[in-house]
Amino acid sequence: VIAALAVALALAGDAAAGAALYERCAACHSLEQDRAGPRHCGLFGRRAGSVPGFDYSDGMKRSRLVWSAESLDRFLANPDAVVPGTPMSIARVPSAAERADLIAYLRQAADPRRCRAR
Amino acid sequence: MSFIALGNVPDPVARRRFLRASGLLLSGSAVALMAGRDALAARAGGAAASDVRILNTALAAELEAVAAYQVGAESGLLQKPVLDLAVTFQGHHKEHADVLAKTIHKLGGKPVAARAKYAFPTDQLKSQSDVLRFAAGLEKGAVSAYLGAVPVFDDRDLSKAAASILGDEAMHWAVLRQALGEAPVPGAFVS
Repeated sequence: VIAALAVALALAGDAAAGAALYERCAACHSLEQDRAGPRHCGLFGRRAGSVPGFDYSDGMKRSRLVWSAESLDRFLANPDAVVPGTPMSIARVPSAAERADLIAYLRQAADPRRCRAR
Repeated sequence: MSFIALGNVPDPVARRRFLRASGLLLSGSAVALMAGRDALAARAGGAAASDVRILNTALAAELEAVAAYQVGAESGLLQKPVLDLAVTFQGHHKEHADVLAKTIHKLGGKPVAARAKYAFPTDQLKSQSDVLRFAAGLEKGAVSAYLGAVPVFDDRDLSKAAASILGDEAMHWAVLRQALGEAPVPGAFVS
């Protein structure tokens, strides 16, 4: 039920608000390029730790996560609890509404039909 | 204070005085906060390892910022005094990177190295404003990253040092916004 609610919340997020929130991620991430964090283009449906050539933490490589609205919601709420040792521990998003907005934005902007990984 | 005002300070000594008065030059105190603390070396275990991971994330972002400002400086798109400002900001990021790397060493970790190549969106940088907007985005992201890091360090002195860097990079962000003709401080809080 909780997972279903999370997915429903993510689907209800405001992508425009999420675009503004995504600016917080810009120290480490971009849609199209690997930076201190991996690129987000093609994120949904991608297995965590699988962008070729990116140097993931061991925890992320072992996580067996597949990125979806539900898994992103859980991860962003408390990254270290989902993937112990992840550098994303500094990027916790405690607000469920903000996570929903971010996920709504990423669902659109990280769609590989709209972005181009470089 | 505008870039027009900065442009009216042509003398290098006067400009440096201006920058210092503007709070744009870091003192050595931030360096002393982390690199001078030999006691850090005595810490061990999971807490130190966690701090090292966070420091290395910050270091990777700082090294990228140094490279980004280098791209901006060499683009031929920045005019003085904006160019001088970009070089000053790059120097701050170099100082941040140096102290982060030294601290990681003291904690027994291995600092990440700068990448041989960064994939910056250079094809989208056509004007001074494009470069400034790109740099402002990096600075804003850095502020958010340090804001996230401050409460999760095990060592409170590392939190204090991260807050010191946060303050510097928030100033960068504000000055870059001002140069773009945007409100330099868009709100009462950063996030």
